[in-house]
Amino acid sequence: MPLTSTEISSPGMTINMGPQHPSTHGVLRLLVELDGEVVHSCRPVIGYLHRGLEKMFEARPYRQCIPFTDRLDYLAALNNNLAISQAVERVGNITVPERAQYIRVMLCEMNRIASHLVFLGTYATDIGATTVFLYAFRDREKMLDLLEMMTGARLTYNWIRPGGVPTDLPEGFEKAVRSVFEELKVTLDENNRLLTGNRIFRVRTEGIGVISKEQAIAWGSTGPVIRGSGVPYDIRKIAPYEVYDRLDFDVPVFDQGDCMARYLVRIEEIRQSMRIVEQCFKDMPDGEIMTKMPKIFRPPAGEAYSRTESPRGELSFFMVSDGSLNPVRVHVRAPSFIHLSMLPDLLKGVKVADVIAILGSLDTVLGEVDR
Amino acid sequence: MSVRVYTSSKSYRAGQFFGGLIVALIVIAIASLLPLLPWYKLNPVLDFIGMHPWLNAFLKAFVVVNFVALHVLFLIWLERKFAGWMQARLGPKHVGWQGLGQTLADAIKLFLKEDIVPAKADRQLFAIAPFLSFMPTLLTFMVLPFSAAWIAYDYDLGALFVVAVSTNVALGVLAAGWGANNKYSILGGARAVAQLLSYEIPMVMMILAVVTLSDTMSMKQIVLRQAHLWNIVAYWPVMIPAFLIFLTCALAELNRTPFDLPEAESELVSGFHTEYSGMRFAFFYLAEFANNFFSAGFAVTLFFGGWYGPILPPVVWFTLKTLILICVMMWIRWTLPRLRIDQVMGFCWKVLVPISLVVYCITALIALK
Repeated sequence: MPLTSTEISSPGMTINMGPQHPSTHGVLRLLVELDGEVVHSCRPVIGYLHRGLEKMFEARPYRQCIPFTDRLDYLAALNNNLAISQAVERVGNITVPERAQYIRVMLCEMNRIASHLVFLGTYATDIGATTVFLYAFRDREKMLDLLEMMTGARLTYNWIRPGGVPTDLPEGFEKAVRSVFEELKVTLDENNRLLTGNRIFRVRTEGIGVISKEQAIAWGSTGPVIRGSGVPYDIRKIAPYEVYDRLDFDVPVFDQGDCMARYLVRIEEIRQSMRIVEQCFKDMPDGEIMTKMPKIFRPPAGEAYSRTESPRGELSFFMVSDGSLNPVRVHVRAPSFIHLSMLPDLLKGVKVADVIAILGSLDTVLGEVDR
Repeated sequence: MSVRVYTSSKSYRAGQFFGGLIVALIVIAIASLLPLLPWYKLNPVLDFIGMHPWLNAFLKAFVVVNFVALHVLFLIWLERKFAGWMQARLGPKHVGWQGLGQTLADAIKLFLKEDIVPAKADRQLFAIAPFLSFMPTLLTFMVLPFSAAWIAYDYDLGALFVVAVSTNVALGVLAAGWGANNKYSILGGARAVAQLLSYEIPMVMMILAVVTLSDTMSMKQIVLRQAHLWNIVAYWPVMIPAFLIFLTCALAELNRTPFDLPEAESELVSGFHTEYSGMRFAFFYLAEFANNFFSAGFAVTLFFGGWYGPILPPVVWFTLKTLILICVMMWIRWTLPRLRIDQVMGFCWKVLVPISLVVYCITALIALK
């Protein structure tokens, strides 16, 4: 064969990223077709963590479903507790005392801070800055200490339940929260200086994994992902639940739609969550924290849908009751699942390193995806 | 129950810092007493060695290899301790004082581990790769001047020798990447070679700038020219950018953050040494840290007056300067995120190469004058 051909073609290479890989955030498997360093196509393979939770709900009395929800989005277990409790309350027409609602909102926001701090840390490691990881986890540790003070657990709280919350605020809780927030405000700025203004971090995230406004809506993305694409969509504002309509907070929105925008949304949300918690302490009325619930809870036949804003996006529970002890059907609308389904389109034509950057910026939790 | 007290308080970190400083000062003080020992009693022995060139060469090689190995033990400890200080944690703590024996324990563990070769690996290539990447590094130490007397071989073309030999590290890395028959490894190996060869160009250009100013390629002579004033001070308008470019390239050659793509953990697991375990893995580490020391030492030789300094003996000065430079590299490593491969290459060819050309031209003009 004469040596005239100048076209070089490489056969391509299939790489298995995960389920055991340092940065697939849990047990996600990405089948990535590579051409050199460029991604040809990507197929997420899920199901490694499937436990059949939705089916298991059907075999249990309503209140026994709560512990399972801790294992959905394990970084924000309280938000999951809240979502299913609301669904049960709606199907059973239960009203929650006002003080309990404030406590719920407060703790969910604190859990949101903890979850976003995990994002900050893991995203920094994904990009290569290992130091921020430890700083963020140090701060998260303080948040977990606070949550432990309140609920007695550090990760799987099983604490918010239909009808209210089981215990009132412990002594000295407000003081502890305020002192942690004071530190957090300082360290957040520190991390910001380390990362947000860093030129390397910016070239790695700006203009990478761009999701346009239309795409974000069409793909059904929610939470920080859609708000990073310039859509001010936040369940806490558009369909307020608990006491969110009485609280004053902003919904951070960035228009760029890239990894940086999603990162910035989350950082700003940490600040807003701190604002919400501080307001809750101020506005919280005295009174009951738990409605009187029957020993054997039998809601009337019917169905309910509860929408909440979890740290990852719109987390909803659909619950059908036929008047018996157990729910007939429970469906979880998990934001991470929907965000993961965007991956094949997002990853077409990017570099290998961007796969990690984009996946990290979606901040998926596999417990929620696989259920 | 209350919120726990964390060990990252300012006073604690200050304590660690000053503790470290005091230890360093004690080490320096002991080292500075070394010249007072009755070394002259060794003169007959030295004469004997001097008369037998083979013995001479063997002893020098022995000293260099052991120095490198011991120093790497210390450097790995320092790196981990340094990372700990920066990351608000303690670092190694349990084996020996402040965990000083940790690296030794790790090394023993690695040497005792089974040497696993993947089933479909190219066995010969896989086996030889760690040594291929370690040998060039070791060879470069031959011409590194610790002081006027402490240089294994004062080669006339020392700087050229370094450039020629150190590039061969790429061979070992590519052999490791290819031989392991692992997709992450081959990606890592390919990245490493592309990066190493590209960054060699601005680096050589900056070495050439110093060589042009010093009028010699001998490492010893380069330092001797700086007896009164360091290069970086004497010719600061060109030497400061030259040093910065050199440092950047050195980081890229060492595969350290922000250029640690060949072993980018979050993407390629651990790049070209993914499949290595035990002793061979230890050799990669040895090569990496030895290379780290050499790069810093080379920078000290080129820009910071080598062994020259007041009061303390020359060897101590050289080691001290080198360690400071290594700490700067560690500081950079534990602060910055990682670049992407196309950005790394673009940065080299679009930014560093043009700048280094300009810097070299100006240096040449100065040298002509």
